[in-house]
Amino acid sequence: MKLKSKDLLGLENLSKEEIQLILDTAVPFKKLFTQSIKKVPTLRGKTVAHLFCEPSTRTRASFELAAKRLSADTLDIPVPLSSVQKGESLLDTGKTLLAMKVDFIVMRHGENGAPELLAKNLKLHVVNAGDGTHEHPTQGLLDLFTLREKKKQIQGLNVVILGDILHSRVARSNLWGLTKLGAKVTLCGPENLVSKEILKTFSKSVRIQHDFKTAVKYADAVNVLRIQKERQRDGLIPSMEEYIKNYGMWSDKKRWLKKDCLILHPGPMNRGVEIDSATADGDSSVILEQVTNGVAIRMAVLYLLAGS
Amino acid sequence: MKKPIIDSKELNQLLGEMARTFVNRESSQIKKGGVCVIGIQTRGAILANRIAKLLKEKHRLSVEVGSLDITLYRDDVSEIGNQPIVKESHVPVSIEGNSILLVDDVLYTGRTIRAALDALLERGRPRMIRLAVLVDRGGRELPIQADYIAKKMSVKKGEKIQIQVKEIDKKEGVWIL
Repeated sequence: MKLKSKDLLGLENLSKEEIQLILDTAVPFKKLFTQSIKKVPTLRGKTVAHLFCEPSTRTRASFELAAKRLSADTLDIPVPLSSVQKGESLLDTGKTLLAMKVDFIVMRHGENGAPELLAKNLKLHVVNAGDGTHEHPTQGLLDLFTLREKKKQIQGLNVVILGDILHSRVARSNLWGLTKLGAKVTLCGPENLVSKEILKTFSKSVRIQHDFKTAVKYADAVNVLRIQKERQRDGLIPSMEEYIKNYGMWSDKKRWLKKDCLILHPGPMNRGVEIDSATADGDSSVILEQVTNGVAIRMAVLYLLAGS
Repeated sequence: MKKPIIDSKELNQLLGEMARTFVNRESSQIKKGGVCVIGIQTRGAILANRIAKLLKEKHRLSVEVGSLDITLYRDDVSEIGNQPIVKESHVPVSIEGNSILLVDDVLYTGRTIRAALDALLERGRPRMIRLAVLVDRGGRELPIQADYIAKKMSVKKGEKIQIQVKEIDKKEGVWIL
């Protein structure tokens, strides 16, 4: 069993079996973390370049740890935001890295499809660490891994994705992954942040529900998305108070959830906006486990791509 | 399917002999305690379980049993197209200062054992490691030999040794395919 593509660009182009292979492979990697030596020699001699053209702390740290725990060498490419231009110059950076015999480029970029541009033109492995509003596949995978670990299987789960669906690459990767593995997804948020367009892409297993209480009634998990403060400036969220009242995953709304409903958040959290501290640190929260699982998932992805 | 080279009955006899030889030959080490039988995933781990059971029940030894997955220590990751499935390792005790009996089903090139030694030594410094295999088929590519061999076979390069055990397979025995 192997991955068909040499790159991981999104969950849209992975089959159900490929997603399951990645999740299965991450299980033994996670177990490594309980050992005093968390490192294995698997990718010794390989080089992973981290090309982050957008700010990121946790994803970058997670990828770096994943590569280091597989004994790969890591290379950080500082990209001053101002000097990054579209098209040619990004490809030139990629070609330069390839000429230096780099084996993997892990990249984050503000433009949808930027990782694909490199993947198509370069004979090395490209891992998308988030591109524009398109996809953030490893986040999707680690969310699936966390859900599967807690709920045994994804098939038949009711999952609510809450917040700014429109601009969220995390939501997109989750939608692809969850629907492929047979979960039922409810998108919940204010009307101008949950576009009906999305239903054209995703079939019957996805619905939109603007009323929080109705949306979460049967939920096995709520994935709370980060609310970007800029959205308020752009006029998409007229009043933050009203947003919090209707859609903030705060402890006053927990009585509407099932007792065993899990709370996920891709981080970094705006405590007191989309989620309150009592919920983020409460018993139903699996937010820190998502972080641990993220490293295992990224190790599994690097390992599997190395053989594809 | 062809008749097996070794059938289930003989397989168990061979394991019994192997356990007996181990007890006799390593008596001074065994007296010091801390014996751990560790099998290489998947069928080596099953054979290790059986040997540990024999050591406990027939020879009244107190031994620990564990399993080791060597996938991540292979020297051919990214050269073979198919990435082998990574399985879990389960080593119940610290191996520091203990005596390890490493068990695998077939000894061929020696590369698996090289990987297993690396995987083991990462976890500490055992007092000694001995290697037991069910079948030694020759064809070594590395200078590695087993201490306990249940059966030596000369097998041609294109031929394959298949070992099946009742714990996970339908049949039990050793076949040359």
